[in-house]
Amino acid sequence: MPTVLRPAPLAEALGGDTVPLQRQVRRVEARRTLRAVGLVLPAFAFLFVSFVVPILSLLSLSVQNPELPEVLPRTAAAIRAWDASALPSPEIVAAFVADLRDADRAKTVGRAGKRLNYDISGFRSLMLQTARDLPPPETPAPRLLEKLRALDERWGDIRYWAAIKRAAGPVTDFYLLAALDRRRDVRGHVVQVPTGDAIYVNALGRTFGISFVVTVVCLVLGYPIAYLLAGLPTRVSNFLMILVLLPFWTSLLVRTTAWIVLLQPEGLLNDLAVFLGLFRARVPLIYNRTGVYVAMVHILLPFMVLPMYSVMKGISPSHMRAAASLGAGPLLAFWKVYLPQSMPGVAAGSLLVFILALGYYITPALVGGASDQMLSYFVAFFTNQTLNWGMAAALSVILLTVVLVMFAIFHRVVGIDRLKLG
Amino acid sequence: MPHALVLAVLVVAVVTTGGLLAPAPAIAQDSITVTSWGGAYSESQRKAYYEPFLQKTKIRVLEDEWGGDMAQIRAQVQTGKYKWHVVDVETDHVLAGCDEGLLERLDYKAIGPMDQFLEGTTHECGVATISWSTIYAYNADLYAAGAPRPTVAADFFDLKKFPGKRGMWKSPKHNLEFALVADGVPVKDVYEVLKTADGVARAFRKLDTIKSQLVWWEAGAQPPQMLADKVVVMSTAWNGRIYNAVVKDKKNFVIVWDGQSLDYDWFVIPKGHPQKDLALKFIAFASTPEVQANQSKYISYGPTTKKALTLISPAILKDLPTAPANTKNHFRVNAKWWADRREELTEKFNAWLAK
Repeated sequence: MPTVLRPAPLAEALGGDTVPLQRQVRRVEARRTLRAVGLVLPAFAFLFVSFVVPILSLLSLSVQNPELPEVLPRTAAAIRAWDASALPSPEIVAAFVADLRDADRAKTVGRAGKRLNYDISGFRSLMLQTARDLPPPETPAPRLLEKLRALDERWGDIRYWAAIKRAAGPVTDFYLLAALDRRRDVRGHVVQVPTGDAIYVNALGRTFGISFVVTVVCLVLGYPIAYLLAGLPTRVSNFLMILVLLPFWTSLLVRTTAWIVLLQPEGLLNDLAVFLGLFRARVPLIYNRTGVYVAMVHILLPFMVLPMYSVMKGISPSHMRAAASLGAGPLLAFWKVYLPQSMPGVAAGSLLVFILALGYYITPALVGGASDQMLSYFVAFFTNQTLNWGMAAALSVILLTVVLVMFAIFHRVVGIDRLKLG
Repeated sequence: MPHALVLAVLVVAVVTTGGLLAPAPAIAQDSITVTSWGGAYSESQRKAYYEPFLQKTKIRVLEDEWGGDMAQIRAQVQTGKYKWHVVDVETDHVLAGCDEGLLERLDYKAIGPMDQFLEGTTHECGVATISWSTIYAYNADLYAAGAPRPTVAADFFDLKKFPGKRGMWKSPKHNLEFALVADGVPVKDVYEVLKTADGVARAFRKLDTIKSQLVWWEAGAQPPQMLADKVVVMSTAWNGRIYNAVVKDKKNFVIVWDGQSLDYDWFVIPKGHPQKDLALKFIAFASTPEVQANQSKYISYGPTTKKALTLISPAILKDLPTAPANTKNHFRVNAKWWADRREELTEKFNAWLAK
C-alpha cells in the first residue's frame, strides 16, 4: 500500500489529545470574553449605579404624580370613575371632604394645593381656605357640594373638579404636555396652551438654533487653529496649545463676567472702537444675541480645537505632498485629501460642542437679553427656585429625546464608528 | 533614588493617616450654620447677630450662602443630612416651604412674646428678621445741576423726560405691581386690579412701553454695578444694596421711594433638624429688639420688633424702608396672593420676555 501523505489531524500532532480543536478554540474564546467582562463589570456597575440609575430616576419624576394619591387617597380612587360630564356625585364629594379633613390635621393640604395650583392658578389658596372651613362631619353627603359652593363658588365650576381628576392618578402626562406647551381640557382632550403663554417649544427651538450657530462658528474658527497647531513643530505647538487651554483653567463665571466688562456699552471694546473711530455711537454688544454668541464661542472653542488637533496630528504630511506630486493644486489637495481625513475629528468636535452648548444657561442668562433664554434655564429655574421637579424632569426628557433622535440620525448619516476623539 | 522616593511616599502616607485617625479635640465647641444671601447683608448679620451670639452663648455661627434655591433645603430634609441650622429666606420660601413640609413649625414660647413683633411678621414656619423694600434708584451723576430728576414711579416709565436704559429684576414679582402704580392705580388697589385678567394685561402693556430699553438683572449686586458702569440710567433694586453703594463706595445714587414695595426676610429651620433647639436659641436671640436695632447700623433694613424701632437713632431711621417719609406711597407685597398666582404669572412673564 503506497503511503499517502496526508496531514495528520492536528490533535494527534499535538500529542494525541482527543478533544476537537473547535471546542478548544471556543473555550479559549469564551474564557477571554469572560475575563474581559469581568474586568469591565466593576466599572460598568459603578457607572450604572452612580450615573444611569440616578438620571433615570430623576427623569421618571416627569411622569410621577404622588401628591394627590398620598394626600387625598379616597378622592383619588373615587374620582377616577367620574366622567367629567357633570358635577361629581355625592360619594366623590364626601370622599374629598373626608380626605381634606385628614389632610388638614396632618398639615399636608399645602402639598396637594401646590400640585393643583400648577393646573389652575389660585387652587392653592382655595384648598387651604376650604380645609380650614370644612362642613361638619355629620353633614349628609348629598348636601356637601352645596356647602362647599357656599364656601367658594369655584367648587361649582366643573373645571376645578376636572383638575382634581387629572391630578388623581399615580402617573400623569401633565408635565410632559406642559413642556410641549399643551394641556388637557375638561373632557381630557389635548389642546394647545394659548399663544400668549407658550414658552417651551420656542425655547427648545431657540436652544437648538443658538447651539447650532455656536457650533458652526466654533468650527470655522477652530479648524484653522487646529490645522496650524498640527502643522507646527511639537515645541511651538505645545506652547500655543497652552494658550488654547488657558480658558479651561479659569472659572466659567469669571470668564463670563470678563465678557460683561469687555462688551459693555462703556466697556473696553466699545471704548477702543470709538477711540479708533470705527463706530460713531456705542454698539450694543451685550444683553443681546451677539453677546451670547461671543461668550459661548469663547468658552466652547477649546472643545472644538482639541479633538480636531489630535486627529489632524495623525494625518501624515506626506499625503499632501503625494497629492501635489500627482498634480493637485493646494486647494484641491486640501479638499480631496486632507479634509476627508480630518472629518472624524470635525464630527467629534462638533458633536461635543453642540451637546455642551445645549446645556448652557448661566452664560446666556448673564450676557444675553430676555429673548435669549435657553431651555436649560427653565430646567434650573424649576429645579432650584420653584421646586417643581416634575416640570424640570419633563423639560429634560424632551431635550434628551430630541438629542437622542438627532444622534440616531447622525449615526445613520455619518456613523458613530467614524468618530474619533483622538 | 527609587528607594528614597518610595520611602518618602510611605512616610507621607503614614503621617497623613496618623493625622486623620487622631482623636478629635476633647472639647467640641457648639456651632450652628446660618445661611444667608451674602454680600453686605451677610456682613451686617455677622456684626449684629453672629458675633454677639458667640459672646453671649459661646455657640459659634458658621456662615453659608445661598441664592434662594429651595432645592437645597428640600435635598437636606429629604436625605436627612442637614448642613444648615437656620436659613434666611424670603416670604415666598416660607409659604412654599411650609406647604411642602420642609420647615419646622416654630415654638414661639422659645422665641419670645408674640406681641413684641410687628403685624404680619410672624408665621408658624418662620419669624421675620428684617423689612426691606424694592425701590428704584438713579445715578445722579448723569443729571446736570438744574435738570429735572425722577421723583415718582411714573418717571421710571417716562422715556421722553428721562431717556436711557433701565434695569429691572427678571421676575414678575414687584414689576407688575410697580407698572400698575406707575400707570396710576392707587397703591391700596394694586392687588385688586392685578387679580383680574385686564389688570395683568394692563401691567404688561405698561411694561411694553419700556421693554426695548430694559436690562434684566437677577442678583442683588447687579443694579449698583450696572448703575456705576452707566449700563443703565436707573434701575429697580433692593434698598439696602443701593444704600451700601452710596455709603461705602461713595456712589452718587439716589433712591426714589415712591411706589416702593415692602417685604420681609424670615428665619426658618429645615424640618427634622436634630439640633433644632440650638437653631431656636439663635432665632430667639436674633428676635430681641436690642439686637435687631443694632443691625440697622450696618445696613438700611428695618427691624421687625416694635421696640427696636424706638431704639434706632433718627439719622439711621430716615433711610429705613419703614421711615414715614419713605412710606408715603408704598404697598406691602402680598405673598399669599403670589403663592397662588406665581406659576401662572411667571409663565406669562417668561412668554412676554421672549416675544
